[in-house]
Amino acid sequence: MEPLRSHVTAPDFTLPSTPDQHLSLHELRNQPVVLVFYPADWSPVCSDQLALYQEILPEFKKHGAQLVGISVDGAWCHAAYKTHRKLQFPLLADFQPKGQVAQQYGVYDTEHGTAGRALFVLDAHGTIRWSYLSPVGVNPGADGILTALESLDGGISHESGDTAAHSAGRTT
Amino acid sequence: MSLETPRLTVPVGPRDHILGAADAPVILLEYGDFQCPHCGAAHPEVERVRRRMGKRMAFVYRHFPLTNLHPRAQSAAEAAEAAGAQGRFWDMHDILYERQDALEDEDLLTYAEEIGLNLERFASDLVSGTHAPRVRNDFMSGVRSGVNGTPTFFINGLRYDGSPDAGSLLAAMSSHAFTASH
Repeated sequence: MEPLRSHVTAPDFTLPSTPDQHLSLHELRNQPVVLVFYPADWSPVCSDQLALYQEILPEFKKHGAQLVGISVDGAWCHAAYKTHRKLQFPLLADFQPKGQVAQQYGVYDTEHGTAGRALFVLDAHGTIRWSYLSPVGVNPGADGILTALESLDGGISHESGDTAAHSAGRTT
Repeated sequence: MSLETPRLTVPVGPRDHILGAADAPVILLEYGDFQCPHCGAAHPEVERVRRRMGKRMAFVYRHFPLTNLHPRAQSAAEAAEAAGAQGRFWDMHDILYERQDALEDEDLLTYAEEIGLNLERFASDLVSGTHAPRVRNDFMSGVRSGVNGTPTFFINGLRYDGSPDAGSLLAAMSSHAFTASH
């Protein structure tokens, strides 16, 4: 897997956000966007990456950023998962054709048929300003995202990958 | 891709709850959630480590409540802080971990009574969220230090990614990787 890097325009996409609604990336222009690719809904609870992001949503909102989760799970699965885990950000279903968006971003895991655990921070113009691919069993945390959003606020460009130390996680 | 072990971004300071001497050779710091079962399981392990290490170690506790998974975690954390405001943080900390399955408001009041707190002040602190900002500060200091779940331990400021059992913690504490980082 070779995730798209900084300064590349994030490929546009349209995916189901609920069983009867779609969300397109271009609808999120004019604000920073955090794309969170992850392997599957219903991962173990206490170290759950999305539960952490839910907790940090107010910090993302301070930067005006919209957080979006993407996995190959279907829209009904996402709906049940969102309700159960009380998640208040969109989960998009990269389900049909399976994993197409993950492939466009260079983070599709062909061996397991899922998205890898990858993070992208996009600026208000839809340009990737930071990306990070985590080992699949490792929760990358949120520090790298917050650092990238802070550098957007400061107008400083951020190289991809080099900030791995900020977001390196652990297996639990 | 470099996977450097994250370090504590907010050093141990006077605002922290610390058991032992701040200049002890080993500082074990935990980010925990009173409703997290893994933190509950780690609690007696930390006690064993403290007994074994004695004066060679100090233990610091910071809050990391994941409130959407654990709806009582925030109130429990604030209850510990409210007890701390009356000088009894560690008594409340221990009770909360020993009785994790009973963390409703009335349970918290019962525990406050058991450890002899001024109940009026304790209840008023909880109702008005006096200690909520402190809990949030702990949480965000954890986020910026690479905490991604609970419990997360730091030994002398370096994140410990091993198993949270006493034997593994003790082994790590005597290893060069952690002692050299002090």
